[in-house]
Amino acid sequence: MDELAARFPYFMIAILLAVGVWGMVGKRSLVKKLIGLNVLQSAIILFFINGSIREGGTVPILLHGEHGYAEDFVNPLPHVLMLTAIVVSVAVTAVALAFLTSIHREFGTVDEAEILGEMEQQA
Amino acid sequence: MAAQLPALIPVPLLVLSIIAPVVGMWRQALAFWLAAATIAFSTAMSGWALAHVIAHGPMTYKLGGWEPPIGIEYVLDHVAAFVSLIVMGVALAVVVATRRMAEQEMRGRLGLYYSLVLLLLAGLTGMVVTADLFNLFVFLEISSLAGYALVFLGGRKGMLAGYRYLILGTLGGAFYLLGVAFLYFATGTLNMADTLAVLSASEAATPVGAGAVFIFIGLGLKMALVPLHLWLPDAYTFAPSSVNTLIAPIMTKVGAYAMLRMFLSVFPDGYLIDEVPIGQALVVLGAIGVVFGAAAAFRQPDIRRLLAYSSVSQLAFIAIGIGLATPLGFVAALLHIMNHALMKGTLFLAVMAVRLQTGVSEVPALAGLGRRLPITAAAFTVGAIAMVGVPPTAGFFSKWYLSIAAVEQGLWVILAVVLISSLLSAAYLFRVLERAYLAQLPAAAASAHDGQEGEVRRSRLPLFGATWEPKVDVLLPLVLLAAATVVLGVLNVAVVRHVLEPGT
Repeated sequence: MDELAARFPYFMIAILLAVGVWGMVGKRSLVKKLIGLNVLQSAIILFFINGSIREGGTVPILLHGEHGYAEDFVNPLPHVLMLTAIVVSVAVTAVALAFLTSIHREFGTVDEAEILGEMEQQA
Repeated sequence: MAAQLPALIPVPLLVLSIIAPVVGMWRQALAFWLAAATIAFSTAMSGWALAHVIAHGPMTYKLGGWEPPIGIEYVLDHVAAFVSLIVMGVALAVVVATRRMAEQEMRGRLGLYYSLVLLLLAGLTGMVVTADLFNLFVFLEISSLAGYALVFLGGRKGMLAGYRYLILGTLGGAFYLLGVAFLYFATGTLNMADTLAVLSASEAATPVGAGAVFIFIGLGLKMALVPLHLWLPDAYTFAPSSVNTLIAPIMTKVGAYAMLRMFLSVFPDGYLIDEVPIGQALVVLGAIGVVFGAAAAFRQPDIRRLLAYSSVSQLAFIAIGIGLATPLGFVAALLHIMNHALMKGTLFLAVMAVRLQTGVSEVPALAGLGRRLPITAAAFTVGAIAMVGVPPTAGFFSKWYLSIAAVEQGLWVILAVVLISSLLSAAYLFRVLERAYLAQLPAAAASAHDGQEGEVRRSRLPLFGATWEPKVDVLLPLVLLAAATVVLGVLNVAVVRHVLEPGT
C-alpha cells in the first residue's frame, strides 16, 4: 500500500497523459483537441516537477553565504526548465487560438468533420 | 572570430526575425532584401564553419561563458556543419527564387512572412548546432511554430492543414520532452556529451529505455516517419507555393538529423540496438515507409501531393540508414539528407515556377509544358532522374551506400526495397515527364493562352526565343540546385571522405 501511495503522482501523471492524447486524437472539435494538448503539456510539466522533489528538501537558496549540501535542497533545475516549457506551451496555445479564430470566421464552425464536409462540397 | 562560429549561424537569423517585420512595416520590399542578406550571411558562416571543421576539427562554444555541463553548449562537428550548410544553402536558393511568388501570395504581409521564414531557419540551424537536449526542444518548437504559421497562410484548405500540423507537431514535441525528462532523471544532465559519458559508465536502466522510446516517437513525428507522417501530405499540398518550396526540402531533414544526433552523441554505441530495439524499428518502419510512400505517390493527381508522398518515401530511406547504426549506414543517411534536400528543392522549385507562370499544378494540366518551359522542365527532369537514382546523379550514390550498408548487415531485403522504390519512383515521376514532354498542349488552352494577356506570363530568352519561362532570378537558383544534384553526385567520394567519414 505504501508502495502504491509513493507512486501515486506517477499514476496521476499517466492518467493525465492518456487524457491529453485521447483529447488530441479522439475528439472531433478542434477546440477540444487544443484542450487535450494543454492537458498533455501540463502532465509533462508535473512529471518534471515531481522528479525534482527531495524528501525533507527546502527552497534552493543559500542564506548568509553559507554553503549547503545538495541533499538539503529540492532540485531547482527542473523548475527552471519548466518555466521555459510553460512559455513554449503558452506560445503554442496562442498560435493555436489565433488559428481557431480564423478557422471559425472562415467556416463558421470548429468541428473537424463539418469543416471537411464543407470543403468537399466546395470542391 | 572563428571561435564564435557556432553562435554566428543561428543568432543573426533570430535577431533579424524581429527586425524584418518592423522594417517591413516601413518598406515592404526591404523585408526580402534583409532576409536574403541574413540568410546569405548564415550560409557563408556555415560554409566557413565546414571548412574550419575540416581543417581544425570540431569546435565548441559555451553559451554565455558558462562551463558545460552546467551551461548550454553549442558544438559544430563535421556532421553539424555539413547539415547546417545544406539547410542554409538550399534555403538561400529557395528564398531568392520564391520572391515573386511570395509577393503574389503574401500581399501586404511580406514583412511578417519573412519574419516567419527567418524564425524557421533560426530554429532549424539552432537544432543543428546545439549540444543540449533541452535547448534542442526549444529550437524544435521555435522552428515548428514558424512552420505551422507558414502552412496556415495557404487559404481555406491550408488553415485546416496548418491546425492539424500544429496538433500533431506539438504532440511530437511533447513526447520528445517527456523522453528528455526520463533521461534527465536517470543521468542528472542535459548536455549530450555528458549524457553519453554517464550512460556509458552505468548499467542499462529501464527509465533510459523508456526515455529513448519517447524521444524517437517525438522525432519520428517531426521527420514524418511512417506511420507518423499523416500531417505531411496536407501540409505540403495546401501550404502557399512559396512556403512548401521552402519547408519541403529542409524541415523534415533536420528532424532526421536530430535522430541521428541521438545515435551519435547521446546514446552509447549499440545501446539503441541491443538494449532498446529502436534501430530495428527504424529499419522496419523505414522499409515499409519507402514502399508505401512511393506507392501512394503514384496515385496522386496533384503534383505537390505526389512530391509530398515521395518525401515520405525518401525520408524513410534516411530512417533505414540511421537504424542500421553502422558508420556506413550513417554515411548513407547523411548523404541522403543532402541529396534529398537538393532533389526536392529542385523539384518543388520547378513546380513553383510552373505555378507562378501558368497557375496549374495538376498532373494532367502539365500537358505540353515541357516545350513551353524548356529550362524549368529540364531542371525537373534532372531532379526526377536523381530521385529515381540514375547514376551519376546524387540520388544513386546514397542508395548505393545504403544498399552496401544493409548487405553488410545481411539485410538483403533492404536491397529489394531500394529496387522496388526506384522502380515506383520512376513510374510516378515519368508519368509527370510524359505529360510534360509527350502530350500535346490542348489546342483550346494554347489558343486561349495565346489570345489573351494575363493568363500566362511570357518572356523571351536567348537561344529559346518566346517561352513561358520565369525571370532569371527564379531560373538561376533552380538551375544551380539541379546542377548541384549532378555535381555533388559526381563528387560524392570527396564529400564522404572529408566530411562524413570523420564525422561518423
